[in-house]
Amino acid sequence: MAIFFNTILIGLSSGAIYSLMSLALVLVWRSTRVVNFAVAGQAILSTYLGYEAMNRLHNYWLSLPVAVIAGALISALVEALVMRPLAKRTKGTPVEAIAPVIATLGVLGLIRSLAGMIWGNTFLQYTSPLSSKGFTIGHTTIPFSPQNAAIVIGSVVVLTIFAAIFKFTRLGLSLRAASFQPEISRLSGVRVDRVRTIGWAFAGAAGAVAGALVTPTMFLSPNSLDLLLVTGFVAAVIGGLESLIGAVVGGLVLGLGFAFILQYIGSSIIFSAAFLILIAVLLIRPQGFFGARSSREA
Amino acid sequence: MTLQLSAVKVAHGAITAIDDLSFTINEGELVTIIGSNGAGKTTLLRAISGLLPVAHGSMSWQGKSIVGKRPEDLVRKGIVHVSEGKAVIPELTVSENLQLGGIWRKDRADVAAATKMALDLFPRLSERMSQGADTLSGGERQMLAISRAIVARPQLLLLDEPSLGLAPLVIDQIFAAIDSLRRNLGITVVLVEQNALSALRIADRGIIINLGKLVASGPSADLMNDPALRSAYLGY
Amino acid sequence: MKHKSPLQRLALSFVLGALLLFASGHIDELRAYQGAQAAIFAIAIASIVLLTGYSGQISLGHGALMAIGGYASVIAQLHWHLPYPLAFIVGTAIGALAGFILGITAARLRGPYLAGTTLALAVGLPSLANQFKILGGEQGITVDVGTAPTWIGKEFSQYRWFFWVAVTVALAVFWLLRNLLSTRYGRRWRAVRSNPTAAALSGIDVGRAKVLAFTLSSAVAGLAGSLFAMLLGLVAPLVFTLTLSFTLVTGAVLAGVSNLGGSIVGAVVLVAIPELSGSIASRLGGSEKVTSNLPGVITGVLLILTVLFAPNGPKLPHRKR
Repeated sequence: MAIFFNTILIGLSSGAIYSLMSLALVLVWRSTRVVNFAVAGQAILSTYLGYEAMNRLHNYWLSLPVAVIAGALISALVEALVMRPLAKRTKGTPVEAIAPVIATLGVLGLIRSLAGMIWGNTFLQYTSPLSSKGFTIGHTTIPFSPQNAAIVIGSVVVLTIFAAIFKFTRLGLSLRAASFQPEISRLSGVRVDRVRTIGWAFAGAAGAVAGALVTPTMFLSPNSLDLLLVTGFVAAVIGGLESLIGAVVGGLVLGLGFAFILQYIGSSIIFSAAFLILIAVLLIRPQGFFGARSSREA
Repeated sequence: MTLQLSAVKVAHGAITAIDDLSFTINEGELVTIIGSNGAGKTTLLRAISGLLPVAHGSMSWQGKSIVGKRPEDLVRKGIVHVSEGKAVIPELTVSENLQLGGIWRKDRADVAAATKMALDLFPRLSERMSQGADTLSGGERQMLAISRAIVARPQLLLLDEPSLGLAPLVIDQIFAAIDSLRRNLGITVVLVEQNALSALRIADRGIIINLGKLVASGPSADLMNDPALRSAYLGY
Repeated sequence: MKHKSPLQRLALSFVLGALLLFASGHIDELRAYQGAQAAIFAIAIASIVLLTGYSGQISLGHGALMAIGGYASVIAQLHWHLPYPLAFIVGTAIGALAGFILGITAARLRGPYLAGTTLALAVGLPSLANQFKILGGEQGITVDVGTAPTWIGKEFSQYRWFFWVAVTVALAVFWLLRNLLSTRYGRRWRAVRSNPTAAALSGIDVGRAKVLAFTLSSAVAGLAGSLFAMLLGLVAPLVFTLTLSFTLVTGAVLAGVSNLGGSIVGAVVLVAIPELSGSIASRLGGSEKVTSNLPGVITGVLLILTVLFAPNGPKLPHRKR
């Protein structure tokens, strides 16, 4: 029973991170109909910048906003400097669908290598005042640490903020309208290009939060968030790329699923499990569990 | 405040969709643009509102050129285009669609006033505020699209075939609403229609286009009474 | 190149092959190794050109497909004691099988979903090696295909022999693909790529065409993987990384995604980048972290610039739709 409970805790914590990454992917998909594979790269770069802030300010809590702002800026720059010109140039050509994928891959590789050039490929430690050792209750130590708690709380906060922005603000309405019907939105006065960049900025912020929260529990290196890219994508697919709520639920489901697989079956099939889950979802319910219609088509 | 087009040419790929078109529309007029399918009416509106580039010629509103401007910028100058096909966003609610009309405006009190006016004009919508726009009938969607335009406080309203696909009774309602709208608010309206007769009845003037070129223009009474035009475009 | 007959192309390949063989006697070991590497990359990139440039399906997991072929051929050599030419065939066949299975799944996926799935494959597959002992775990399995056969004689060095094997296979593959792509299969794939709906309406079985493309592409990738294993003398998870998959896609984009001949250009560029960046790095007086990451930076920048300014490759897009 204790094992079951522990597994749930682990699943919640990792699920929270997957939700954030998945949210980052869905935010970009909703605003520009592109899957931003570079989100892992953007997240790692903002985490490195948070790390630098941490080293200079000696305050983890102050380093978080630095990472978030960095994440938003980097993401906005990628959209404005690479994706927007690319969309204009490839509109109507045969490579229109593939080009953004290639571009985000290029950005991903570039950022990772850039990070390696600046900070090296060795493992660094992004220290947090919170311990990554599990809480002790009585005699037992549960696999849920203060840092894990911060992860879950932080994720909930971020998700709530985004949900509120999307539902209750004019900016949120612009974002949603622009992603559904860009032309009608333009004719209603929405500056669609600007709004799209903001969508990317939000996504970058979400990725940065994920990176800054999860990295203290492991190590910091240019490739450390790569796996998160895959799991974030799988989580987004489970939820259906169209839905923000789906992104969150997908992340939690995946986190719990992995935790249980890890506990009861073994660690080595985790990656294969990710692949199999992805295939299963795409075959059984391609639009995800929260998606409507057949939105599997790009 | 006039809308002036001079020698405008708009290309659609290799085809010239609008060719050497010139006309002037004065403040407060309701001018209808009629012509058969493929005549270039929709292309013309899309060029005016900035969705399509103009290859040649000049267009100006209130004395300032509007060539090469983006639609979202022209909205802020008072040019509001309700595109064809019931231009609402089905994924949003009725209320959210209405909010979209005023989303860029700073004067929130006026946005509220304009919204109220739109709902007075189309009471059916106020019953459906929290419903998704995809649950509306065709006529209701058209009402919603026009309402959204009203909330933007247009000075030049471009309407693209509002009667398309609607039942005659609903068409009458909508045309009556358009007519009362422009009389009460004094806005300039450009109404593109295939339903030429109904449009000419509420219009001051008509412009007939065929294959991108101007064929005839004049007061609507004259157009309605011209036998050649009647048989060609009005069907009787 | 389009209107030569298969026989003409065959003659051309022989001439090319003879030239390269002659040249290989006059270059040093390093260049022979790099030449072999380039030939292998060219084959792998050609497989992507076939899949993406012709049938319009994107794959970020061709590194994994190479792994499948590589592991299969190595196991065939070690456990079934097959001579390596037969082992290559095994690698190709297993690659084809994997491609067939993947292709059936992939045929219904579009754009980002296909990309993400193949991405998951690229990340997930190599770690499978840790699961099964026969796959050698983390360190992988070493293999030695031996030196050139004695009838070649003299001091035909090992790398020169690898170079020659790789080039011969590459020429054969390109000849086969070139001919295949100019038949109705090639036309069908291109129809599927530019407009699947129109293709279906004109009677093309879109699903079948896609699966066929995937199968063939994976077969070629499997062959490339077998050759790669020969060259490195090793198959291991760290050989077939996500980076390899990305590198191959990069090469395909540099090649001009629908340009078979460009695969050679792409491959040469890929092999050249680490070389060039090495000399740039030493001029910058770089530390280890600069030198090891500069190729990645160059590749990333190159990829972004290429896709922005020449999405259809070195040749200018002659068809705007």
